[in-house]
Amino acid sequence: MIGDQSPILIIIIPLMSSFLVPLVAWLRRELSFVLTIAALGATFVCSLDILATVLRGDNIHYSLGGWPPPWGIEIVIDHLNAYMLPFVSGIALLVGIYSRRSLLKEIPDRFVHFYCLYLLLTTGLLGMLVTGDMFNLFVFLEISSITAYALIAIGEDGAPLAAFNYVILGTIGASLYLLGVGYLYIMTGTLNMADLRGLLPELYGSPVIRIAFAFITVGLGIKIALFPLHTWLPDAYTYAPSAVSAFIAPLMTKVAAYALIRTMFTVFEPRFSFELLPVGTILSVVAGIAIIVGSVMAIAQRDLKRMLAYSSVSQIGYIFLGIALGNRLAIIGAYLHILNHALMKGCLFMVSGSLMFRHGMRDIFRLRGVHRTMPWTMAAFVIAALSMIGIPPTAGFFSKWYLLLGTIEANQWGLTVVILASSLLNAVYFFRVIEKAYLEPSHVGENEHLAGGIRNEAPISMLLPTWIMAAAILVIGLSSGKIVSSVLDAAVPKVIQ
Amino acid sequence: MEVVHSIRPALTILVSLVAAFLILSSNRRPNVRELWTLLAAVTKFSLVASLLPTVLDGKVVEFTILDILPGVPLQLRVDTFGLYFALVASGLWILTSLYSIGYMRGLKEHAQTRYFFSFALCLSATMGIAFAGNLMTFFVFFEMLTISTYPLVIHKETPEAIMAGRKYLAYLLTASVFLLFSIGWTYNLVGNLDFVPGGFLAGHASREVLQILFVTFMLGVGAKAGIMPIHAWLPTAMVAPTPVSALLHAVAVVKAGVFGSVRIIGYVFGPNLLKEIDLWIILAYLASFTILVASMFALAQNNLKRRLAFSTISQLSYIILGAALVTPNSLTGAILHISNHAFMKITLFFVAGAIYAKTRVENISQMNGIGRQMPITMAAFTIGALGMAGVPPVSGFLSKWYLCLGTLEAHETVFLVVLLSSAVLNIAYFFPIVFRAFFRTSEEFTGRDEASPFMVVPLAITAILAIVLGLVPNAFISLLHLTRMSVRNILGMG
Repeated sequence: MIGDQSPILIIIIPLMSSFLVPLVAWLRRELSFVLTIAALGATFVCSLDILATVLRGDNIHYSLGGWPPPWGIEIVIDHLNAYMLPFVSGIALLVGIYSRRSLLKEIPDRFVHFYCLYLLLTTGLLGMLVTGDMFNLFVFLEISSITAYALIAIGEDGAPLAAFNYVILGTIGASLYLLGVGYLYIMTGTLNMADLRGLLPELYGSPVIRIAFAFITVGLGIKIALFPLHTWLPDAYTYAPSAVSAFIAPLMTKVAAYALIRTMFTVFEPRFSFELLPVGTILSVVAGIAIIVGSVMAIAQRDLKRMLAYSSVSQIGYIFLGIALGNRLAIIGAYLHILNHALMKGCLFMVSGSLMFRHGMRDIFRLRGVHRTMPWTMAAFVIAALSMIGIPPTAGFFSKWYLLLGTIEANQWGLTVVILASSLLNAVYFFRVIEKAYLEPSHVGENEHLAGGIRNEAPISMLLPTWIMAAAILVIGLSSGKIVSSVLDAAVPKVIQ
Repeated sequence: MEVVHSIRPALTILVSLVAAFLILSSNRRPNVRELWTLLAAVTKFSLVASLLPTVLDGKVVEFTILDILPGVPLQLRVDTFGLYFALVASGLWILTSLYSIGYMRGLKEHAQTRYFFSFALCLSATMGIAFAGNLMTFFVFFEMLTISTYPLVIHKETPEAIMAGRKYLAYLLTASVFLLFSIGWTYNLVGNLDFVPGGFLAGHASREVLQILFVTFMLGVGAKAGIMPIHAWLPTAMVAPTPVSALLHAVAVVKAGVFGSVRIIGYVFGPNLLKEIDLWIILAYLASFTILVASMFALAQNNLKRRLAFSTISQLSYIILGAALVTPNSLTGAILHISNHAFMKITLFFVAGAIYAKTRVENISQMNGIGRQMPITMAAFTIGALGMAGVPPVSGFLSKWYLCLGTLEAHETVFLVVLLSSAVLNIAYFFPIVFRAFFRTSEEFTGRDEASPFMVVPLAITAILAIVLGLVPNAFISLLHLTRMSVRNILGMG
C-alpha cells in the first residue's frame, strides 16, 4: 500500500526529485519546473493522506529501514504535525507554481539552481515536521537552513550580505541546538523524542538538562527570529528573490517554531517548561515586546517587503505569546496563527513579487493607482491585509480571538492590551499601503509609470496561487471552528487540557 | 418564544453582497450597474418586509450560517428590534439609491463603481448587524460596516478626504478593539454570547467587573453612535459625497452604533443590571452633555453638512439618553427615534446634496433666497427641520414626547430640561436656514429650477413619510408595534 508509506514518501519524493532536477534540466530547462510541480503535488497528496489517517484517530509511527525506535530513526505523526504538513506542502506547491514567471524575470540564469534548492528546502522543512528524533531534526534543520542561505544569496544587490548575516546567526543557532541535543544524549543515552520524554523527568533537577533546554530554546529562537534574535530576518526577506521570500517568510520560521513547541511540550513536559523553569514568563515578555517593536518598525518602512518582514517579527510574537501563556485557548490561538500567518504572509509576499514583476518596484509611496493596473492582485492584498489586522471573518481574526481569550483567562491584562494595540498598529501600516494603492494615479512625480492606468495584471500563473491563498484566508477563517474542534483540540498537550 | 427557521434573513444579507459583485463586473455599463443597485434594494426591502408578519406574531426567525467558533455560531435571529432597524435601513436604501444615481451622475463623480460597490456592502453589513443573534455575529458585521464605509469616506481622494478617512479608521478601529475586548471578556465570563431580551450578564461577575465591562462596551459601540467625546470622526467624514452622509451618517453607520448601544443595554446587560451597576446615570449625563454641546457646535457651523453632522450627534444622544433611563416610555421614545430621526435627517441631507448638485453652494451664508429657486427642496427641508425641533405633526414630535414622558417616569427632571432646551437650540440652528431660504433674496436664485427628479422625488418622499409617520406611526411597516413589542421584551413584560 502506498498509503502506509506516505510518511516517508513526503520526504523521499522531494529529496529524490531535487537530485533529478539538474538531470532533466539537461534535456530541457522547462522540465525542471514540471518535475518540481509534479513532486510537490505528490507530496501534497501524501500529506493530505497523512492528515486523513491521523483524523481517523491513529497516530502514525514509522520506523525507518525497519529499525525499531530507540536505535533507528522514527517518524511520528500526531495531530500537531499532521495539521502542519498539508499547509507546508500546499504552500510549497503554490509558491512553486508562482515562482516560474517571477524567476524568469528576476534571475533567469538561476532557474534550475532554484528548483533544485527549492525541493531540498521543502525536504528539510517536511523532514523537521515528521521526525521523532532530536538529532534527525537537526539534520533536516540544517538542510533547510543551508538551502535557504543559498536561495537568499541569489537575490538582489544586498542579498549576499544578508545571506552572510543569516549564515553566521543561523549557524550559531544550529550549533546551540546541537550542543543542547548533545547534552541530552550524554545524560540519557537516547535521541528519540518519546524515549527522552520517558527518561527526562527524573533528571529535571539536573543543571545539565536545564542548560541543554536553554541551548535548544535559544538556538531555535534564532531560527524562529524570535525577538531579540531576529536581526537577520528583515534583510534576508527583503533582498531574497521574490519567489524565495514568498516561500521562506510563511514557512521557515513556522517550522522552526514547531520544533520549539515539540521540544517544550513533547520532549520536555509542560510542567518542566512552565513550572520548573520560568520559560512562560520570559517568553511572554519577549513575545509582547516582539509584537510591539515589530509593528512599530514595520510602520517606519517604505519598502513593502521590508515592512512585511518586520510584520513577521511581530506575528511570530503572537505565536509565542500563545505558547507562553500555556492555557488551552492561548495554545489553540498560537497553533491557528501558525497556519493563518503562513497564508497571510505567503499571499502578501506573492503580491509584492507580482508588483516587482509588473512594475519593477515595491516602494509604498509609489503605489498610487496600482489598483487600476493590477486590480486582482491588489484585491488579494486587501484580503490578506484585513486578515493581518484581524477583521472578521478573515482567518487572522480567529487566531487573535483565541489569543485574546487566552490572555483574559490567564489574567495577563498587559498582554491583552498588547494584542489589541497591535491590531491597531497593523491597521496603521496596512491601511497606509491600501490608501496609496487605491488612490487615483497622479500624473506628476514619482509614479508616472502608473499614470496611464492601463490594465497590466500579473500573469495567471502568479495570480492564481495568490488568489488561492487569499481565498484560503477566508475559507480557513470561516471553518476555523471546525479546525479547532477536529484537529487542534487534540494537538494541545494533554496535561493542559 | 416560538422560533421559525428560515433562510430569508441570510438572503437579505446575500442580496446586496451578490449585487456588490455584479456591480463590480458591470463597471463599464453604468446603466446595468445601477440596475443591480436598484434591483438589490427593492429585493432586500421586500425580503425584510416579508419577515414582518411572522415577527409581529411574536415569533423569532432564526438562521444559523455556520459554527464559527465552538459554541458560538454565526447566527441570525430576527426579533422585533432587529427587524425594526432592518426595515428602516433597507427601506431608505431604495430612496438613497435613486438619489445616488441622480447625485453621482449629476456631478459626474469619478469611481462610481467603487462607490456603488461599497454602498451595497455597507447595506449587507447593516442587515447583518440588525439580525445578529449573538455578540460575535454582531461584531463580524459591525467590522464589515466599518471597513466597507472607508472607501466612501475617502471617495473624493482629496488630501482632506484622505485625512478624514484616517480619522475615521482611527476612531472606529480603536472602538472596535474595545468592543472585541468586551466580547472576549463576556465570553470568558459567561461562555455564551447569545442576545437575551433583558440581558444575560447578571450574576456572572462582580459589580466592579461589570462596570468596567459596561464602559468598554460603550466605548466600543459609542464611537459609531457619536457620543461625545468620541464623536470627532463624524463631522470630518462629511467630506464624503452627500448620499453617503445621508444614508450612512444619518441611518446605517451611526444608527448601527445606537442600535448596538440599545442591544447591549437591553439584551446583554438588561435594565435591572444596568440600574444595579449605577452607570446608567453617567451614561445619561454624557448623553445630555452631547445633546447640548453638539447643538451648540451646530450653531457655529456655516457649512450646511457640518451643521447637519453636529445635529446628528446631538440627536443620536437622544436615543442613548432614552436607552440609559430604561423606563417603558423612554425606551419607546429611544427606539422610535431611530426611525424618526432617520427619515428627517435623510431628508435634510438629501436637501443639502440637491442644493450642492444644483448650485455648488455648501455654506449657509450663501443660501439667501434659495427657496425661490428650489421651493420643493426647501419645503422638504423645513419639514425636516420642524421635526428635528419636535414640532407636531412631524414624526420627531412623537419620539420626543415619549422621551419626555420617560424622563418624568424616571423622576429625572434634569433630563427633561435637557430635552426641552435642545428643542430650542434645534430651532435656533435650523430656522435661520429656512429664514434665509424663503425670506431673504439674492440675485443668484431667482427662477424656479429644481435639481434632477432623481434627487427631488426621494427627498419629497422622505419628507412626506416623516409627516405620515408622525400622524400614523404604524403606517406601512408597523414601526410603533415593533417598538412596543421590543420594549416589552427588554423590560420582561411579556
